[in-house]
Amino acid sequence: MEKQGKDNDIQKLIESLSPNEIKILPFLKEKNINKINEKTGLDKTSIVRSLEFLSNKGLVTLKTNKETKIELGLNGLLYAKLGLPERRLSNIIAKKNSVSLQEAQKESRLNDNEFKAAIGSLKKKALINLINGNIILSGKKEGLIEKTLDEHFLESLPRKYENLKPEEQFSLNNLNSRKDIIEINEIKTLEIYPTKLGEELIKHDFSKSKDMIEAITPILIKTGAWHGKKFRRYDIESPVPRISGGKKYFINQATDYAKKTWLEMGFKEMTGTMAISSFWNFDALFTAQDHPVREMQDTFFIANKIAKLPDKKLVNEIKAAHEGKIKGSKGWEYEWKEEDAKKVLLRTHTTCLSIQTLRKIHEKKEFPAKYFALGKCFRNETVDATHGFEFNQTEGIVVDENANFCQLLGYLKEFFKKMGYEKIRIRPSYFPYTEPSLEIDIFHPIFNKWVELGGAGMFRPEVTIPIFGRHIPILAWGPGFDRIIMEFFKINDFRDMYGNDINKLRNMKIWRK
Amino acid sequence: MAVLTLNRKELEKVIGKITPELENKIGMFGTPVDKLTDEEISIEIFPNRPDLLSFQGFTRAILSFLGKKSVKEYKIEKPEKDYKVTIDKSVKKVRPHTTCAIVKNLKFDDEKIKNIIDIQEKLHLTYGRNRKKLAIGVYPLEEIKLPITFLAKKPEDIRFQPLEFPREINARQILSQHPAGREYANLLKDEELFPIFIDANNEILSMPPIINSHKTGKITNKTKEVFIEVSGFNLGYLKKALNIIVTALDDMGGKIYSMEINDKEGKYLSPNLEPEKMPFSIDFMNKTLGLKLTEKEIIKLLEKMNISYENKNQSIALIPSYRTDILHEIDIAEEIAISYGYENFIPEIPQISTIGEEDKISILKRKVSEILIGTGLSEISTYHLSTKEKQFKNIGIKDFKTELIEIIDSKTENNILRTSLLAQSIEVLSNNSDATYPQKIFEIGKIFYDNEENETKIGEKESLCISLCNEKANFTEIKQTLDYLMRMLDIEYEIKEAEHPSFITGRCAKLMINNKPAGILGEINPFVLKNNKIKMPVSSIEMDIEMLLA
Repeated sequence: MEKQGKDNDIQKLIESLSPNEIKILPFLKEKNINKINEKTGLDKTSIVRSLEFLSNKGLVTLKTNKETKIELGLNGLLYAKLGLPERRLSNIIAKKNSVSLQEAQKESRLNDNEFKAAIGSLKKKALINLINGNIILSGKKEGLIEKTLDEHFLESLPRKYENLKPEEQFSLNNLNSRKDIIEINEIKTLEIYPTKLGEELIKHDFSKSKDMIEAITPILIKTGAWHGKKFRRYDIESPVPRISGGKKYFINQATDYAKKTWLEMGFKEMTGTMAISSFWNFDALFTAQDHPVREMQDTFFIANKIAKLPDKKLVNEIKAAHEGKIKGSKGWEYEWKEEDAKKVLLRTHTTCLSIQTLRKIHEKKEFPAKYFALGKCFRNETVDATHGFEFNQTEGIVVDENANFCQLLGYLKEFFKKMGYEKIRIRPSYFPYTEPSLEIDIFHPIFNKWVELGGAGMFRPEVTIPIFGRHIPILAWGPGFDRIIMEFFKINDFRDMYGNDINKLRNMKIWRK
Repeated sequence: MAVLTLNRKELEKVIGKITPELENKIGMFGTPVDKLTDEEISIEIFPNRPDLLSFQGFTRAILSFLGKKSVKEYKIEKPEKDYKVTIDKSVKKVRPHTTCAIVKNLKFDDEKIKNIIDIQEKLHLTYGRNRKKLAIGVYPLEEIKLPITFLAKKPEDIRFQPLEFPREINARQILSQHPAGREYANLLKDEELFPIFIDANNEILSMPPIINSHKTGKITNKTKEVFIEVSGFNLGYLKKALNIIVTALDDMGGKIYSMEINDKEGKYLSPNLEPEKMPFSIDFMNKTLGLKLTEKEIIKLLEKMNISYENKNQSIALIPSYRTDILHEIDIAEEIAISYGYENFIPEIPQISTIGEEDKISILKRKVSEILIGTGLSEISTYHLSTKEKQFKNIGIKDFKTELIEIIDSKTENNILRTSLLAQSIEVLSNNSDATYPQKIFEIGKIFYDNEENETKIGEKESLCISLCNEKANFTEIKQTLDYLMRMLDIEYEIKEAEHPSFITGRCAKLMINNKPAGILGEINPFVLKNNKIKMPVSSIEMDIEMLLA
């Protein structure tokens, strides 16, 4: 029984050998790829691959030897012919004792860098001095004429690193620090030792195996030539080369999911421009004209553009809200200026889409209404591991006569639950355009602490009255989205958000929700 | 973001040991703890609460919130002889207002002096918008002779020794030589006359908003009484700032004295610490918050926020005179909510019916990307901001007619809005020359152009750019991809010969939809490839996808 089992295994093994492997098998004792190459005519890559397969099958043991070979580089080859720059310079100085810099460079035909290097090298050895633009021989002439260690070393190449003497290693470091004189290559050689099983198979007669079928071809199928023949067994456990497929950008995978969440909750999408007037981005959102966010150091303003403002009536209402002229509000107690509202900028938040949408809702008398947005926003900021000048925000508004603070919390809880955050914390915050305002923190299970995610609140009467003519409760929230994305995709550096490193993108997992 | 950093031990003496529960409670008051060490606690103060920017202001608020203290009323003593400040009309153009007070009975130590300077600096920076809106001066009363005059003079005629400076110099020299002068020079330098405070001996006390005099403007351990002025443009703001400071000094044990301010419009006494009356409706509070609070409950909740209540046929909240943020009754709603505790609200999803709807361009973008991904392409995403060099020179465009849309003072090298995606796509291929080929990428995103019709004078449209990069990339391959996309979307198109500096002549075409140009495609010029260190041929298309809308 046992013997039969073993024969069976050997039979399977034989059936699994590819034609190349069978070709190589008789020459395994050659121990050297070049010889196998001579005998079989197979190229080296195929031989190595087949040897690896044979090794997987336990027919051969492979031992890799590494060897470091030092050869002449591109400039090295040139210098071998013409001499090192310092040699060429030495020869001239040895001849003339004193020579001007220009003349020396001209005669030695060295380029600026080579010439500098040559001067440096001779000065280091105290063979020359520079006086008033002249090179003066200051050491012994023999010092100049003698071949240096570096030159001896260069002439001795190619060499194996392992055989270098200490002074030669010193020369190696010297020359390697200069451009392209030396090339250091690691060369791997493979030593081949057939195993016991391998030895056995070397003796095997493979003439029958030649009848085994390799690939199924259309002809084969058509003719039925495979009847009564065996298919070569594959090594099904051997690793396969990776492939990669077409993929949505990871940020868009996440925003698509957020969008789906919004739609499920009955929200309509709002979109709009990225370049926008200060009027919509700030003034309509009751952000005082002297608020620091409106300064150039925080926000990208566009040069040479002056925006048109919407109809006069709305502009006057907004002005009134700022100046404390709408009923019940003190406003900002200052004089609101139209020019400031006309500045064009890149939106700093998607809330500017909400306020523009509110106006449309008012015109269409669409109550109740729920809208969302997902989009890029901008801030004037340098890029580092935690910041960028572009960021993603998601935004939701609920317009309903009966909306209240408890409902705002309800929507937030639901939205973040769908985004994968069961545990959220709500705490007081401040935004010029919402009251009450709040901040949403999510509990970070790895850091074991609360992490700030973004703001929310109910629009102030100074925001709603200019649009609707009266105060309607509007719930609004606009958390940043990048933190959620970075966390899911395990990105630690903000620069990777838009790095577009194709290898990284290929290996990135997909958004699983 | 303003951060208040306090000595932990000092604070714990007043509010008790800072346990994780108390830390959380402080956050739920709207002042999140930013950093907590054994020595210090840093608390974030939102810009609407400058009154919390001091040890005194913060502890006053938090003690009430924790129910450990009730609403404090501040008393003001009547002005004594010569407690007067006259505002001369010369100063009206440059710095029209000031409001002032005197505080006595102070026992300064180093910690308290630091506190005072801290409040002053923080108010300058936040509420005072870096001294643009207002500036505050505090002077030892012992060094000056009342009454005070606020007036303006030619800078050449103003001479004094500024704080921490070795000698007397004139006002112009202060702006160019003194560190504070240099920092804030732009606030004064174009004025004809500069504002100064002088005392009864004609001694200059300060030149706001720049610097105090070294002689009369330095608080020391020996200082027991101080004169305080706030000067600037909006009297309402100045009064608030003054109230914030004098109440903090009162909390330190000081006694507030009022001064008579003589302005050409009339006389008044300063400071005024009477609470402001804000009428509100209990129904509106409950409706906004989704609660059912009684008047009694609201009174209790407001008390925790240092707000008193009275009812004269109408609910009225008495807002402490140092609060700057109560603009409307809606702000009372937030006071009640914070006091009630955000954690105590019960989240609720209302039964209102609305129908979700995706934007039509969003749908199109999603469909286009699905089709392209199906052919094995991968999506990339690049910045909307770029540089002239990247957008034009790098892809072989030497002279461009497009008006550039430029950003003012960008902190990064990127200072224009992108006008095409092609350049970005080539840049990505260039950065990835060591990744394995084929590299097949696309991007859908906004590009920007001039458009006088729009509100902002800037046009924006969604563009699609595909780049195929591999050994055999050619015109056929990109045209096949386009053809597949158009067939799947059921859109007819035409291809016409075109020229473009980024593409090889004779292998470049324009895409026409309904006889209108909609894009450009072809094989990228090897000059561009070499320039960008791309090792393989590239064929690309950039097209306007809004034209694909059905």
